[in-house]
Amino acid sequence: MAQRQSFQIGTGLFILLGFSALAYLATQTTSLANYTQGASYQLKARFTNVGQLKLRAPVKIAGVRVGTVSEIQLEADKLDALVTLSLDQRFNQIPDDSAAAVFTSGLLGDQYVSLQPGGSPQNFKSGDEVVLTQSSMQLEELIGKYLVGSGDTGKAADKTQPPKPEQEPAARPSTKPDVKPGAKPAAAKPATG
Amino acid sequence: MNATGKHRIGVVEGIAQVGACGIFLLQILAAIPASLKHFRETVRQIWFVGAMSLTIIMTCGLFVGMVLGLQLYYVLSIFGGTAALGSVVSLSLYRELGPVVTALLFAGRAGTSITAEIGLMRATDQIDAMEMMAVDPRAYVVAPRFIAGIVAMPLLACVFNAMGIFGAHLVGVSWLGLDNGTFWSNMTSSVDVWTDVINGVWKSMAFGAVCSLVATFQGYTTAPTSEGVAYATTRTVVFSSIATLAIDFVMTAFLM
Repeated sequence: MAQRQSFQIGTGLFILLGFSALAYLATQTTSLANYTQGASYQLKARFTNVGQLKLRAPVKIAGVRVGTVSEIQLEADKLDALVTLSLDQRFNQIPDDSAAAVFTSGLLGDQYVSLQPGGSPQNFKSGDEVVLTQSSMQLEELIGKYLVGSGDTGKAADKTQPPKPEQEPAARPSTKPDVKPGAKPAAAKPATG
Repeated sequence: MNATGKHRIGVVEGIAQVGACGIFLLQILAAIPASLKHFRETVRQIWFVGAMSLTIIMTCGLFVGMVLGLQLYYVLSIFGGTAALGSVVSLSLYRELGPVVTALLFAGRAGTSITAEIGLMRATDQIDAMEMMAVDPRAYVVAPRFIAGIVAMPLLACVFNAMGIFGAHLVGVSWLGLDNGTFWSNMTSSVDVWTDVINGVWKSMAFGAVCSLVATFQGYTTAPTSEGVAYATTRTVVFSSIATLAIDFVMTAFLM
């Protein structure tokens, strides 16, 4: 009987250890640790592009997590992404003119929704829509913009000096305003230096 | 398989072995209700294959976690992404290494002893004696070990994973100077309970069933000689490992 008792205690301890390890893994090392506890309320926000935003991505104000993205769907008539944000009931004093933006944590990190507080005396209520939204920055678009932008200014800079007197003097004024915003910093540098 | 325990290599024999193993599985499943009468025996087997394997599982888990921490830190530092160490280590442990390495260790430590024990019972006619006494050896000997494998394996894998995370934390944070908060917050933001932790548990349950099925089948059908038991023990490790890795591939493809 003593032998039996010892192995039964050993088995019991082993099973307890195993389940406590499972509970530890499930609650302390997973996104379960970030789930909102208790009551929450929903806000809606429309974005023209949510990028790689995923379900359960964090919603942050001033970098502090206040909720999660609970639903992402396409609005069939407007072809916008309708994102439902589930915010913790503790944070129910967010001005109703606050703006929502899809940001990326770090250069290539996960995307999250950032709420930038406004100044309205009224607060968001459950079911409200965040009107001011800013879509996610697409890295490809940015790269494309800079490649094309620098290419244009480079060409324009090359062309402005030699060919200006010879040819297409009429075309110059029309291209100039297009180039201007992109070329501004480049033009400013030599002037200051 | 002939009386000397040397099995002829051939397609037909291989298929016959797989078929016999499948029939054996059905017989075990049919014997499980009867084995509930011997519940104490099941508990003793969980103690034997589970609790007694804790030392090797915990030690190996710690070292696997530490090695993962070192290797991945080196690889990630090439890309300047060492902050992701926690999430990479935990995902690779939960999804793959935890269940698979636990199953391989289990086959080596518990599977072999199950095969040798049942094989020696067969060789010393104890199993025949049970049948003479109208005790179904499948219900009294085989089914408790089979259930114990299914119960013990996921628990062992969880302990393995926890020790692995501890080891990676030890190397990454205490030794290589990674930030503690970054380590944990990256982990918690990228690991999901259902797709990562629980899928690993399903996997290790399947591995537990396969490893204990192979071990009991090899022991039960061994040639009743010392040479036969030796062959059966070897085959347990070989077939358990192959079956574990093959099933791992199939389950990963389906559970992804």
